[in-house]
Amino acid sequence: MNLVNFRFETGADGVALLTWDMPGRSMNVITYEVMDELEQVIDKVASDAAIKGCVIASGKSAFSGGADLSMLQQSAAQYAKARAERGEDVANKEFFEGSRRLSLLYRKLETCGKAFAIAINGVCLGGAFELALACHHRVLADNEKTKVGLPEIKVGLFPGAGGTQRVARLLQTADALQFLFRGEQLKAKQAVGAGLAHELAPAEEMVDRARAWIVNGGSAKAPWDVPGFKNPSGRVFSPGGMMVWPAANAIYRRETYDNYPAAKAILHAVYEGLQLPMDLGLRVESRWFAHILRSKEAAAMIRSLFLSKNELEKGAHRPHDIPPTNLKKVGILGAGFMGAGVAYVSALNGLQVVLIDRDQDSADKGKAVCDKLISGQVSKGRASAADKEALLSRIEATPDYARLKGCDLIVEAVFEDRAVKAEATKKAQEVVGPDVVFASNTSTLPITSLAETSLRPDNFIGIHFFSPVEKMLLVEIILGKKTGDLALATALDFVRVIKKTPIVVNDSRGFYANRCVLNYVREGHIMLLEGVPPAMIENTARMAGMPVGPLSLNDEIALDLAWKILVAAKKDLGEKAADPAQERVLSFMVEKEGRFGRKNGKGFYDYPAGGKKTLWPGLAQLAKEPLDPDALDVEELKQRFLVVQAVEAARTLAEHVVTDPREADVGSILGFGFAPFTGGTLSYIDGMGAKKFVALCDALAQKHGPRFEPPQLLREMAEKNQTFYGRFAKQAKAA
Amino acid sequence: MPEAYVYDAVRTPRGRGKPDGSLHEVSSLGLAVTALKAIKERNHLDGAEIDDVVLGCVDPVGEAGGDIARAAAIAAGLGTETPGVQINRFCASGLDSVNFAAAQIMSGQHELAIGGGVESMSRVGIGASGGAWPVDPTIAIPSYFMPQGVSADLIATKYGFTRDDVDAYAVQSQQRAARAWEEGRFKRSIVPVKDVNGLTILDRDEHMRPSTDMQSLASLKPSFAFFAEQGGFDAVAIQAHPEVEKINYVHHAGNSSGIVDGAAAVLIGSKEAGERIGAKPRARIRAFANIGSEPALMLTGPIDVTKKLLARARMALSDIDLIEVNEAFAAVVLRFMQAFDLDSEKVNVNGGAIAMGHPLGATGAMLLGSAVDELERSGKSTALVTLCIGAGMGTATIIERV
Repeated sequence: MNLVNFRFETGADGVALLTWDMPGRSMNVITYEVMDELEQVIDKVASDAAIKGCVIASGKSAFSGGADLSMLQQSAAQYAKARAERGEDVANKEFFEGSRRLSLLYRKLETCGKAFAIAINGVCLGGAFELALACHHRVLADNEKTKVGLPEIKVGLFPGAGGTQRVARLLQTADALQFLFRGEQLKAKQAVGAGLAHELAPAEEMVDRARAWIVNGGSAKAPWDVPGFKNPSGRVFSPGGMMVWPAANAIYRRETYDNYPAAKAILHAVYEGLQLPMDLGLRVESRWFAHILRSKEAAAMIRSLFLSKNELEKGAHRPHDIPPTNLKKVGILGAGFMGAGVAYVSALNGLQVVLIDRDQDSADKGKAVCDKLISGQVSKGRASAADKEALLSRIEATPDYARLKGCDLIVEAVFEDRAVKAEATKKAQEVVGPDVVFASNTSTLPITSLAETSLRPDNFIGIHFFSPVEKMLLVEIILGKKTGDLALATALDFVRVIKKTPIVVNDSRGFYANRCVLNYVREGHIMLLEGVPPAMIENTARMAGMPVGPLSLNDEIALDLAWKILVAAKKDLGEKAADPAQERVLSFMVEKEGRFGRKNGKGFYDYPAGGKKTLWPGLAQLAKEPLDPDALDVEELKQRFLVVQAVEAARTLAEHVVTDPREADVGSILGFGFAPFTGGTLSYIDGMGAKKFVALCDALAQKHGPRFEPPQLLREMAEKNQTFYGRFAKQAKAA
Repeated sequence: MPEAYVYDAVRTPRGRGKPDGSLHEVSSLGLAVTALKAIKERNHLDGAEIDDVVLGCVDPVGEAGGDIARAAAIAAGLGTETPGVQINRFCASGLDSVNFAAAQIMSGQHELAIGGGVESMSRVGIGASGGAWPVDPTIAIPSYFMPQGVSADLIATKYGFTRDDVDAYAVQSQQRAARAWEEGRFKRSIVPVKDVNGLTILDRDEHMRPSTDMQSLASLKPSFAFFAEQGGFDAVAIQAHPEVEKINYVHHAGNSSGIVDGAAAVLIGSKEAGERIGAKPRARIRAFANIGSEPALMLTGPIDVTKKLLARARMALSDIDLIEVNEAFAAVVLRFMQAFDLDSEKVNVNGGAIAMGHPLGATGAMLLGSAVDELERSGKSTALVTLCIGAGMGTATIIERV
């Protein structure tokens, strides 16, 4: 055997040890080469009479993260090529056979007649855990870092190398479906407790235990290959099955709005597979896997949620010639909700924090917020008391600007008022001087103009956090006209330290994310005026893929805040800056009815103490005329929500606010939950095709107004049959 | 085209569909045989005159499986030459059996046939036959499968029926059924179920609770809320009808059809066949229709099929004197009346399945028999019989007294 990615040695006891240890990689992943070598090993073990069985282990600190997702993504491109060259039938057949290679390989291992045991230390996910499931015996290292799971669903895929079939034959059907749907990682103890693995052992003993299991005559037959095997939940068509399947189908819809074909494929594969013998079950799983692997949802989700996200996190837009900034200490101005949140995530990730507010009390309040957040983690068992103490010791709450001395970065998060911000900037710079990068966490004020209050506008940048800071994964970095490379590199390094995903945008009112979101909220307002039943507005928005309805979202943001922004925009930019529909809705809610949103217990919803929120019946007064819901086109309502955001995203690209489609996509999903199955705002357009999208925009514009009109850029793309990723690939690569 | 006439219609009383129900000791076959035997004896048939026996059965498995119609035909003494076929269109099976039998006559291929149905819900159990619809994602997901009770609650929510509305309807059903029994309005159709010794096992619908009032119903908890919320079906309902913010759970055992055991049979034949056996026609089958309707609401098919049928028969609803809409759930009938702007004067005048129960495969034939009896009693002319059906369908038949 000629192995590069594995070491293979047979012991005196006749048990072979296969150590997976890919050169030049920190983590083992499944590649074509790995499959080739694994196949050789299986053949060797099966055919060599001197080998009794084989233990598989990893030579790395983790077992494996699973399949190489870029390999999976490329396979879709190869399919397209094969289809163009050899026709659909041939391409489909090739793709089906190719995409089930890993599944067949694992089945070969499982049925080769020799016992395979696996010893897992560290994470073992996806295709790697499917390898484990195909082994006859699974030993997990009894430590915190050992976790197993099938997270494929999170990138629009599902376990296609036997995972659905084996899990469904190991667990009760309801548990199996939940495990597959959620894609969660189980700790070693949980996995053994659930029945997904056989034994726990100290990491240093696990290989010996696995070996001992083989030496002691462990069976080379999986339970489902033993005659008389019964599924843990019995037959699908049984009273027990009737308790599971109708609800499983309904819960699928509840959780996905039927937008995630991979989740549905899990249902199909398990439902059909449980009625078949293993080999046919695997074949059916493969049929669905090939189908899903070719789906545009999988392609879009792999690209945005895995590949692009990783690239952005690694600093795709970081200026290359600035050396690592090595941040140690940050100063945060303003200990309000946002400032405290920034302080928390900074301290959580090891930074020293000086948290400033106008008096000690206010500063302490901010630190108390951090205390509450980390205490919550401790009570959930996600952090220790020592972690908490260390974190809090890193935060110095003070009104004394002099304490900012030595900070590597200042983040300003004071009240959204130019004068207040200018004052804070001035006081901080008096201490730290002009050379320390200064970042403003404004969400509404242009960075370029704020930078003018700084001693060095080139060292001034926007870092826009989303609320709540500790939960939201996205950070928008905003370049003012004069922002320089050092500021950008520092901001990106900071975002990397606090483990958020950055997008870099050019200065514009609302930057990127809020521009899209505000359009979404406004569409809800407009529908209210049209007379669309309020529940239908909220429900169709969620059905379109948004995490919360526009009215709910507006209640969370606060209606009076939205109203103030609208009034301010009018003051700054003139009468035309305000949308009259939105003005009517907000003035009615805020000025006339005193409904400010969740914060005063009444907004578009009523918030009864201790009860569930319900839509305020008074919303009917806003309707021009109540519309018959059965006469409304649900698909069109859904499209309006997505299109109005996507077309705004296209405008931001046309205006060079956003310069890289990856940032628009990743930013839209992480920042405001834009229908993740689409891959994000621009992938949504690419997925539909520019031509079709422009036609849809034109139709919506004609019916509902110019807010749907596409920018010239899109018309040009439609004409040339271009995609964002095609047209802007250069920018994406150059970055 | 030959006309199809109703010559006779019988039904067993409906026994409570539980192990303590009077008919629990009687097999599905026994119930069907009771109805078929009555047709044979009351019409002095030899048996060989019958060209076919069509029986509806919704859970045709176990003792009710394997073509119970043929088994019942032989066991009822109709002779070995009488064939039988069992059909299933869920809750309308009994009416569809009558329509299938009528179609055989109208097509001129058969002369005399029996349509009917049987269901021993206490013995076989609702849902016992399984089926892809609720289970297989291929159909459960796109058809918005949810339990019928959740669909009924969705109808009540969407069309604005309150708990009081549905309870008041249920009280009326009980009162009307009680009056009908008191006045002997079902006398002509009811065939007591007897044992081998001729001893009566049951001769009266035993599910009824004539003393039901608003207060007694108010104490009942909604039946479908828990399952809807735990099983995710509330979300399915809302995604199908997104103008609904939350489901108003109003249905319970007291305003939904009762689970019961029973069987029914209707003798249908051509004019000539009737003359041959010396029977007098009681009603003419004027027209019938089937339709598929919105599957999430599931139970609004009677509205769609009535529209289709009236158009086909070139009639208006005002031409109909009497309407039987199966009381699967109170909201089904309330929505039917709302859609056609009907008051309850000519709808379910002798009560329905809320009071007397709904033996799934048999109910349609029972309703048709009740309509014939009531037309004769009241001297009216035309009746419409219709039922809502699982997975969103409707079946309807118009008959005319002769």
